[in-house]
Amino acid sequence: MFEDLIFYLFSALALAGSVVVVSNKNPVMSAISLVLTLFSTAALFILLHAQFVAVVQVLVYTGAIIVLFLFTLMLLNLHKDKLRFDAEHGKLRLAALILMIVLIGTVSHLFFKNVPLQNAAASAEGFGTVEGVATLLFTRYLLPFELTSILIVVAIVGVVSIAKRRLD
Amino acid sequence: MEVDIHHYLVLGAMLFAVGAYGVLARKNLLIVLMSLELMLNAVNVSFIAFSKILGDMTGHVFMIMALTVAAAEVAVGLAIVVSIYSRRETVNVDLLKILKG
Repeated sequence: MFEDLIFYLFSALALAGSVVVVSNKNPVMSAISLVLTLFSTAALFILLHAQFVAVVQVLVYTGAIIVLFLFTLMLLNLHKDKLRFDAEHGKLRLAALILMIVLIGTVSHLFFKNVPLQNAAASAEGFGTVEGVATLLFTRYLLPFELTSILIVVAIVGVVSIAKRRLD
Repeated sequence: MEVDIHHYLVLGAMLFAVGAYGVLARKNLLIVLMSLELMLNAVNVSFIAFSKILGDMTGHVFMIMALTVAAAEVAVGLAIVVSIYSRRETVNVDLLKILKG
């Protein structure tokens, strides 16, 4: 019962935050609401017994990505009128609304039909801990894990070369 | 009503839909990038939820991969935004149509 309350509280917060992100005219407010959404999602991860992933979510998303967004907003130094130019695309808005309805409808169908997706019996020992995730990451998924480091190197080189070109 | 996997999946779909709306309908390049983050995050919710019901931690590993990709994407995306802004003095997607897409 208590867990249910926590779920509803944090999912409502996450949804409210995401709506503010896409509807607010001020990008700074959007970034702050994005923090709210990502943080609530981290709380939901803890409900799903994914403690390590929840911590990583807070560290990487709210700690690194949002700071990056806020720094960029600061660097751009947009004037107020330029910051708030936003009107929305009419046609694309309609398309987006249709997409929303179809997507939510499809998943809700699953919800109301009650397709049997049973909760597994008691989670295995060490489920969601650092040890459990690391064991998988360094044995079965070692190659993809190493490939992500290549991805990060590529991203760093790309960012530096894009930023450097600006100075010439 | 007891919360089970379906609730998490519907929440993920809702977050994804809101993010997709932001990507399609907003004109501010920065907010488009933030909505993209929302969509990636929504997928992560589904990953973790399925991981829970299957009792298999592969979903956690995939979530960490998705997180890495999201971080790299944001870094490159924001570098491009800064570089575009210094050239064109705008972050309005409608005005950035040299490629005539």
